[in-house]
Amino acid sequence: MATITVEGIRHVANLARLEFNEEETEHFTEQLARILDYIGKLNELETDDVPPTSHIHPHQVFIMGSEAEASHVAKPDVVKPSYPREKVLANAPEAEEGYFGVPRVVDRSH
Amino acid sequence: MSLCELTAHVLHEKLKAREITAVELTESVYARIVEVEPHVKGYLTLTKELALEQANRADTGFQNGDDMPALAGIPIAIKDVICTQGVRTTCASKILETFVPPYDATVMTKLHEQGIVMLGKTNMDEFAMGSSTENSAYQITHNPWDLDAIPGGSSGGSAAVVSADTAICSLGSDTGGSIRQPAALCGVVGMKPTYGRVSRYGLVAFASSLDQIGPFTKDVTDCALILNAICGSDAMDATSVDVHVPDFTQSLINDVKGLKIGIPKEYFTEALDAEIADRVHTAIAVLESVGATVEEISLPHTEYAIATYYIIAPAEASANLARYDGVRYGYRNESPEDLIDMYKRTRSEAFGEEVKRRIMIGTFALSAGYQDAYYRKAQKARTLIKSDFDAAFEKVDVIATPTSPTPAFKIGERTADPLQMYLSDVMTTPASHAGLPGISVPCGFVESGLPVGLQLLGAPFAEEKVLRVAYTFEQNTDHHRQKPPIVTDGGVS
Repeated sequence: MATITVEGIRHVANLARLEFNEEETEHFTEQLARILDYIGKLNELETDDVPPTSHIHPHQVFIMGSEAEASHVAKPDVVKPSYPREKVLANAPEAEEGYFGVPRVVDRSH
Repeated sequence: MSLCELTAHVLHEKLKAREITAVELTESVYARIVEVEPHVKGYLTLTKELALEQANRADTGFQNGDDMPALAGIPIAIKDVICTQGVRTTCASKILETFVPPYDATVMTKLHEQGIVMLGKTNMDEFAMGSSTENSAYQITHNPWDLDAIPGGSSGGSAAVVSADTAICSLGSDTGGSIRQPAALCGVVGMKPTYGRVSRYGLVAFASSLDQIGPFTKDVTDCALILNAICGSDAMDATSVDVHVPDFTQSLINDVKGLKIGIPKEYFTEALDAEIADRVHTAIAVLESVGATVEEISLPHTEYAIATYYIIAPAEASANLARYDGVRYGYRNESPEDLIDMYKRTRSEAFGEEVKRRIMIGTFALSAGYQDAYYRKAQKARTLIKSDFDAAFEKVDVIATPTSPTPAFKIGERTADPLQMYLSDVMTTPASHAGLPGISVPCGFVESGLPVGLQLLGAPFAEEKVLRVAYTFEQNTDHHRQKPPIVTDGGVS
């Protein structure tokens, strides 16, 4: 496993849409390096033939020691009413004419 | 004894017999809040007016002689990570300081169907990331047993208010131990049901493959009552599992004869506080003395649980927290240069340090070139941890361990070193990876007077066995009846 550099931290921060000043960048670099070093412990494990677990109930669940079987999670595709627009917009920092407002992303001069 | 000190099942009998009213009960809890909340600081929001309305409604039902549900008129506090319609839900983050959910979480709908009285919203580590509730953007919550100590976390507020009798019961959420660990540290009962038992709809997402809602209560009977109310599959949460929900009060049987309890040797290392080891061994001996068979077992991958957790949970969190971009709700930076700058400034200004740290770890672990080495590796380690439990439950019914390796530590003691803080969860994260139901019940005190918790784990959907062992333990001990000094001294000197 790799160690993390100041450059790496800047790259990851950009991916995460976070920004740090110089001091914070160094602080996070040092801390993440330590945490990743601890996580490197996982390299002790031989996992080539081990399947990954992303979820403990994959699609169907068989319950230990019983005949019970959980049902599939798919549900009928039925159109249902959504929340009213004004309720959805009520928490928005900026809303206009029924839409969320954001800083301009399109240059009007073109 | 004040009404606020009683359990929900005792109060239900009194309400039913019309010895007391729900309004009197609610007033009793708020009177205690006035007394001790300035010292404990467990609540972020109090909703007294709403609570009294709900209490009045419950009283009308009781007066009419209606067949009232077990939790009708019972004052309950809710962790501020669970959406409550019309009541601010902050996740103890600046980014959601003004967020008022337009809907109720499914658990809230279910509790309201029972006619509960909602007291308010409790403090927590920001977005449930932490083990001490010190990561709240708003306030530090103090342990009612020692006001200089942390209450545990992330559901520290929900644990502290039940311990201080400023709530009868509460709801929390548990991702890597966030119900069980604070329950242990505050001397109350706390349970994380099987992953999929309780709908996560309206639970603000931290790590979606691990998060689960559960109760804090003053005894195991109340725990069963809350489970009865909140469990069940939900069309709004595809990860909730459609399995039969039993009446959990049927598991309140004071008998463990014929049950096998496994003691995993990996949990009893030198890292475990000696007094805690002693109290837990004593607790196991109690269960043995009333007929349980005790057997040493091995869960060989236990030592990898924290490393696995601090990849999987941050990875999922980094995706879940991408939604806080200043567009649809919450805080927004007012003077950005452009859209991307708005995202960056908004998130950097309004997320706390631990949340940023986890977003960074998670984003790194999922980034190009590192995904296989970190995220994939952790998912495979998770399989090994889960397989340990699968094998163990072939042999035993319930597994007993300490809930926390140490009693409540002092405020500020572990904040400088994130890794040290992460290791607080060493006893609780393994079961989280396997999605198991787990309860923490009070099992004694260390010499300094701080409570110790016994963790009991079951196979997936085996809550009934866990409750039965917990109930039997409780019926044969009196640790759960002890009250913290802040309650017995009637305040703080």
